[in-house]
Amino acid sequence: MAERIQIHPVTRVEGHAKISIYVDDAGEVTSAQFHVTEFRGFEKLCEGRPFHEMPGLMSRICGICPISHILASSKAGDMLLGVEIPRAAAKQRRLVNHAQILQSHALSFFHLSAPDLFLGMDAPPSKRNIFGMLEGDADFVRRGIRLRQFGQRIIELVGGKKIHPAWGAPGGVLQAIGAAERDEIRSSIPEAIESLHEALGRLKRVLDSFAVEIEHLGNFPTLFLGTVSPEGELEYYDGLIRIGDAEGNIVADGLDPLRYASYLGEASEEWSFMKLPHYKPLGYPGGLYRVGPLARLNIAKSAGTPLANREMTEFKQRGKGAVCQSFHYHLARLIEMLHAVESIEQLADDPDLMREHVRAQAGQNRHHGVGSCEAPRGTLFHDYEVDDHGLIRRANLLIATSQNNLAMNQTVEQAARYFVSSRAIQEGMLNRVEAGIRCFDPCLSCSTHAFGQASFIIEIRNAAGDLLQQITR
Amino acid sequence: MNVNTLQIDRKMVTGREGDAIFAVAWEHGIHIPRLCHIGGLSDVGACRLCMVEIEGQKRLQASCLTPIQEGMVVRTDTPRLRQHRKLIVELLLAERNHICSVCVADGACELQSLAAALGIDHVRFRYRFPTLPVDTSHERFGLDHNRCILCTRCVRVCDEIEGAHTWDVCGRGANSLIISDLGEPWGESESCTSCGKCVQVCPTGALFDKGKTIAEMRRDRGFLKYIVTARKEKQWIG
Repeated sequence: MAERIQIHPVTRVEGHAKISIYVDDAGEVTSAQFHVTEFRGFEKLCEGRPFHEMPGLMSRICGICPISHILASSKAGDMLLGVEIPRAAAKQRRLVNHAQILQSHALSFFHLSAPDLFLGMDAPPSKRNIFGMLEGDADFVRRGIRLRQFGQRIIELVGGKKIHPAWGAPGGVLQAIGAAERDEIRSSIPEAIESLHEALGRLKRVLDSFAVEIEHLGNFPTLFLGTVSPEGELEYYDGLIRIGDAEGNIVADGLDPLRYASYLGEASEEWSFMKLPHYKPLGYPGGLYRVGPLARLNIAKSAGTPLANREMTEFKQRGKGAVCQSFHYHLARLIEMLHAVESIEQLADDPDLMREHVRAQAGQNRHHGVGSCEAPRGTLFHDYEVDDHGLIRRANLLIATSQNNLAMNQTVEQAARYFVSSRAIQEGMLNRVEAGIRCFDPCLSCSTHAFGQASFIIEIRNAAGDLLQQITR
Repeated sequence: MNVNTLQIDRKMVTGREGDAIFAVAWEHGIHIPRLCHIGGLSDVGACRLCMVEIEGQKRLQASCLTPIQEGMVVRTDTPRLRQHRKLIVELLLAERNHICSVCVADGACELQSLAAALGIDHVRFRYRFPTLPVDTSHERFGLDHNRCILCTRCVRVCDEIEGAHTWDVCGRGANSLIISDLGEPWGESESCTSCGKCVQVCPTGALFDKGKTIAEMRRDRGFLKYIVTARKEKQWIG
């Protein structure tokens, strides 16, 4: 009898979601959907507010990646002012963005995904978490926690607070950085690099045991989108958009992020609060693309820092053309963390970082501003239209996680088709479907602009859509 | 000059005849909470936070408007007063959209610090969530009615110190709004001299320097003492 299996809530992700798996009369999976069940509405509630407030207001979208929203929003504000921000401000913004990539990726890898990777997909759920990890290898977990702490400490040293600092603003940042702060940042770099080498080594050693998951958790051809530097290297703060395909070809290059709406469309479906962005020339849903660590490593020719470069060269050999297995988001995340620490070291040594002039002053000179940056989960766009007095008339946020929505849905379906059969549902099967989602490290509260209670449900429904079985936790 | 002796919070204090209890208390280090009072401007008793108990009187009195009397026994901090003050601040918070985390005055707001001092960790009333505008038509300043508590400091400083009387209050009760001139956008006001005194005396994030982002607004009120002393005593001291 046809069924719908529901996974609700999806666990070890940031935000609230459920998965529906549709099963036919023979008990075989026919399709699956990833539903984001929360709604935020930030685009609407900022209307009528002064654009100068946007970095602080928009940062409240998320406690994991507030810096990304501060940066995209401040950059949109820079454009509304029509200014070039002081060098020290740009360097501070770069530094803090790398710190955020580091802390967010550490959370994803060590806290959320490491239990699957190092305890096994079939380990009992009561143990398959960071506390279970601590029982087995406290030192490794402590290293992960300290990596996250390092990233957050940098944010605190520069911005004054670990989460939601009052720091970025249209025209630059609010305060200069001191020598004591810079020296503290420098002092933690050797330990961070050592920890990342260990994590990379451990992950590579267990990858062979996940051959089936690598093959069936989100392994399909898509486009990849991200920001690159003029030299084609990894770039997170300010560059041009590049789109590559599964064969490793560049499909579009040098795209101006300010003109994102001309090449990126946003579809919506009634079964999810998360929109479905796509590459316009290929339409919806054909213009499916991925963003984030895997996409960035696929489209950039090199990392731009020596240790990450070496890892990236090895990484690229894992795919024919581009690396299409979403499971490798984990490896890509660790390489990006290594790149972040190396970049933090370079910036800490940069004399521009310490300059006192950190804010360009100007009145409003435009009515439309767009800001973009690479957030931990992918490319982020903030787009504001303001009236003559600087009040927001319209805001559009194109969030990294939502750009992976089509790919996450395809991943859920691919994973369900391979791992799930309604004839004998086992917890480990469903965990693999969830693990497919965790590869993307989705931040659902960001992507939906949330209320309701945290939950992850698997539903089994018949062909008529009737609910036959529901697993909730 | 006649001097009165009285007791405030079991402390014997003296003050000039005619002085308000509030002023005498502050002179002796007893800091009664307030939001509408600011040194140098007249008092209107609008916020009711400075209410005190006076022995022999059943009703609470606004200390900013009640003159001292010889032999008076005043209490400024009792369970009953604390309860009333909490109530007043909670009502203020519920009345409009005071969202500290995304306010320009976060960290330097008198309403925020008073709420913290009174231990207000939640509001017992339903928030009204009114839809109120933000006026950023002025070249240098902005007015956010969402953060306004109608203390009228801006009205008084503009009238009494600057002499322009740009600001006034229109409407009644909870629907009252601060207006410039006869309700024109601030940027079109003919009387405003753009001196910014109103912005400096505002206790919340209602009046702000345009261009300030979240938690960036800070005030400098030194001008009030300087101007008032210069006028009254012909002494130009900061």
